[in-house]
Amino acid sequence: MTTRIVELRRGILKKNDELAAGLRGRFTSAGVLVLNLVSSPGTGKTAFLERTLRELRARGAQAAALVGDLETDNDARRLAASGAPVRQINTHGICHLDAEMIGKHLEGWEQVSLAGLDYLFIENVGNLVCPSSYDLGERIRVVLLSVTEGEDKPLKYPGLFNSADAAVITKIDIAGPCGFDRELALHNINEIRPGIRIFETSAKSGAGIDDWLDYLAAQAKPS
Amino acid sequence: MRTSATSQSYPRRSILQKETRSVHELSIAASIVESVTESAAAYPRARVKEVRLRVGALASIVEDSLQFCWGLATEGSPLAGAALVIHMLPVIVHCDACGAETEIAGVQSFRCPKCGELTADLRQGRELEIESIELEEPDPASPDPVEERV
Repeated sequence: MTTRIVELRRGILKKNDELAAGLRGRFTSAGVLVLNLVSSPGTGKTAFLERTLRELRARGAQAAALVGDLETDNDARRLAASGAPVRQINTHGICHLDAEMIGKHLEGWEQVSLAGLDYLFIENVGNLVCPSSYDLGERIRVVLLSVTEGEDKPLKYPGLFNSADAAVITKIDIAGPCGFDRELALHNINEIRPGIRIFETSAKSGAGIDDWLDYLAAQAKPS
Repeated sequence: MRTSATSQSYPRRSILQKETRSVHELSIAASIVESVTESAAAYPRARVKEVRLRVGALASIVEDSLQFCWGLATEGSPLAGAALVIHMLPVIVHCDACGAETEIAGVQSFRCPKCGELTADLRQGRELEIESIELEEPDPASPDPVEERV
């Protein structure tokens, strides 16, 4: 018997990374800004996205959404009420979206041509662990945190918070009754992802939504 | 006493809990099996003895869970019985303020240990890669015992 060591130096998720790079190329040449929204279940991703889609439409922008969930198309139906094209991705137990699922669901999506879009939002499965490893070809990864969740969430899930490009605090209309410590939350996010852009929002009252939309518009401009 | 009564009523409870916690590691383990099987196909006479990983502290991987899932993912595959060696890597940051490139302890604060400034410039910590595999091959001169058995 001979023993041989073969150096591979190969990413475990190389296949996903390659597919994601392909998607990113397509998104860039189509001129569409793609965002990957990640949070725990119950943070309010869908309500936040509903409001975002509605307001973008009012501003005359073209936006669409892909929505990941383990089961049901409830979220897609909620989001479709905004008038934007929405497609549900059911992962049937898989705890994250991957680049292959995104590619598949872009195929045959008759309402949508990438070139005609300004924004494509991908609402990931509610989970703060697994989505951190899977690149979906997005330009901006957005992590959401609600005032009901506890200010130490960034410290508990540093892998995801550290990989995000923007952070959104949701449900600030109920921050008072929840005893939300705003300073501590901002401090914790900044300790894990120094310098990250943070938006404090309420999908219900509309607080902070204009800032968020201005940020989106600035990011969407061809550099 | 209560604890033992509970575990008697639900004998599979601990196994189920472990499996639920490990969904992420299970999909990672499945990706490793796929990738290593592909790479090892170039050595058809060899058996994979060991798979060595480099995993960053920010890769959201729990070592024990990945080991547990490795057993599940390799069962009945050509990699069955192969050992998984996980080399965990600490986070290394580069500090713009003082120029130091330093390892930080833990993943709770991204501050330069030298000067205390926050830094977003990560130089290590997100790795999730297969470093190498160790193969065991019958000597070319001798008859192949694996093939004989089959």
